[in-house]
Amino acid sequence: MSEVNKERRQLLGAGAAVASLVVAPGVFLVTAGKGRADEEAGEAGPQWGKVRWGMLVDTAKCSSGCTQCVSACDKENHLSGETLPTSSQWIRKMELTDRETGKSYSLPMMCQHCDNAPCVDVCPTGASFKRWDGIVSVDRHLCIGCRYCLMACPYKARSFVHHPVTDQNPDVPRGQGCAESCDFCKHRIDEGQIPACVEACGSTGGGALLFGDLNDPKSEISQRVATIATLQVRADLGTEPAVRYEGIL
Amino acid sequence: MSSVVFREIESRGKGYYGILAALGVVILAGLAAAYNMETRGHIITGMNQQIVWGLPHVFAVFMIVAASGALNVASIGSVFGKSMYKPLAPLSGLLAIALLVGGLTVLMLDLGRPDRIVTVAMTHFNFSSIFALNVFLYTGFMTIVAIYLWTMMERRMNPFTKAAGVAAFIWRLLLTTGTGSIFGFLVARQLYDSALLAPTFIVMSFAYGLAIFILVLMAAYNWTGREIGDVIMMRLKKLLAIFIAAMLYFVAVYHVTNIYYAERRAVEAWLLLHGGIQTELFWIGQILVGSILPLVILFHPKWGKSRAMIASACGLVIVGGLIQMYVTIIGGQAYPLVLFPGMKESSTFYDGVVHPYYPSGYELFLGLGGVAIALFIVAVGIKVLRFLPESLEDHVVRAHHGEGH
Repeated sequence: MSEVNKERRQLLGAGAAVASLVVAPGVFLVTAGKGRADEEAGEAGPQWGKVRWGMLVDTAKCSSGCTQCVSACDKENHLSGETLPTSSQWIRKMELTDRETGKSYSLPMMCQHCDNAPCVDVCPTGASFKRWDGIVSVDRHLCIGCRYCLMACPYKARSFVHHPVTDQNPDVPRGQGCAESCDFCKHRIDEGQIPACVEACGSTGGGALLFGDLNDPKSEISQRVATIATLQVRADLGTEPAVRYEGIL
Repeated sequence: MSSVVFREIESRGKGYYGILAALGVVILAGLAAAYNMETRGHIITGMNQQIVWGLPHVFAVFMIVAASGALNVASIGSVFGKSMYKPLAPLSGLLAIALLVGGLTVLMLDLGRPDRIVTVAMTHFNFSSIFALNVFLYTGFMTIVAIYLWTMMERRMNPFTKAAGVAAFIWRLLLTTGTGSIFGFLVARQLYDSALLAPTFIVMSFAYGLAIFILVLMAAYNWTGREIGDVIMMRLKKLLAIFIAAMLYFVAVYHVTNIYYAERRAVEAWLLLHGGIQTELFWIGQILVGSILPLVILFHPKWGKSRAMIASACGLVIVGGLIQMYVTIIGGQAYPLVLFPGMKESSTFYDGVVHPYYPSGYELFLGLGGVAIALFIVAVGIKVLRFLPESLEDHVVRAHHGEGH
């Protein structure tokens, strides 16, 4: 073997070794991630990507004074309901006015459960994760409170728990010093119910929220988003949110 | 390095221990602040849901950036073969490690759950996160620089100094790229989301690191009665001026590019023209104090030769650098996110409004505690090990300089 070939072989060998070192943890992570998801899905539960929970907000039915969704969320998840600069707010009502035309809109803003979630990408420990059914959530036992997800979320959907937490809902564990956000009330979904905000909007609000499986072509939400114009907020960022808005194009 | 004699500083005097004691007090104050933040929560700080990274990050990121820059003096000696800088290399390495330890301490104690550093942060990694990669970049940097120091200070290891120096130099470029990318990768925030932030942070590190290095060098020599000659001083001074000019260039390109994007004109107008405290900090702190004044001093025919004025210029670069970090980190968060371009936004969650920030004493002391940790490590290091040449007088430096060619 010529000297050059030998050197080339050595270089390739070293390159391969470095590459495996870099890739190996990633491979492990993917396996670990799937393991956790399968566990959550249950033995006979649905597989990755089979279900994708989503929400459609009809801004025409959402009125500016109504905060039924916010109150329901606070009640369900035992949030204080305060609006201090340090308070957690999983869902908020946003008031918008078009700068050129003056047309105004009111709509709820919460975690958009992105397919390509920036909060999941930036989380150093994997605490911020996407479930098998598309729900983005925080494993509060893995969260170290670095707050990088709050910096990364384009929708300002994440909160950091500044205040001591008391009187918790056992189904919705929260922790001071950790990040948190709307998880589509996954404890309710897992029991066949709909998120608290959707329920409240339907019963005492304007009926502006429609919740369902975007991957099921027969679901009402799938059929609606297939026939009417809807908007994904900051679609330009490519995050592919599971929440869509109609009437604001 | 045969012609240069390295020696521990001889300081049995009260002065040395006085400095150690003073640093110890600041470190304790920092730890007390961290303890309070840990037990009572971030509610006692000035941070909130809008300004999620506050003053501790300003100090921490500044020190981490400066750490890699402090290594430059060593790199110039071993990597680029400028033998005049070789006698300064050990101090440069020590300072790099010390600043990184100080910065990381602040960063870790500012976590919401610092108790999970070992149990979670060091055992669970998401490699798509630049934060997780930084864990390896930071620990790797300390290891490589420690090996580099060993090759310099242990005669038998001297033949490996160049290789270790090259590795450390490449690693420090990666490290600062990682630090700049913490912000550069944040696509949703208009003042971040720029690949330019990584090289800008590298240039900033050159300037901050060298300014700190020159000050520490002058202090260590003055207080121990050793001499630094004009040859080395003028070289370092010129280098600092070049780094400051490069930093200004990068800052200018960054803002001009942003102004060219129509969607970013509003945020640039806010920062550069009517952003209140942020605008003042940018123009007066970052540009005037941190860049223009030091450049004037360093290039001035008379001031540029005065040791006191050179030291002042270094001080200004450090103060300006901290302010630059403040504008970058706090200013970048203070401007509201734009969720619906073209719309006026408002909500109970402070959408559409500029966010104020009033840092608390806890945050300030945590940050200062980190600085004190770095200085403490340097003070102890130069006392117990041979980091400093006995003399840097012109004849010693020239003799060594000649030997290298």
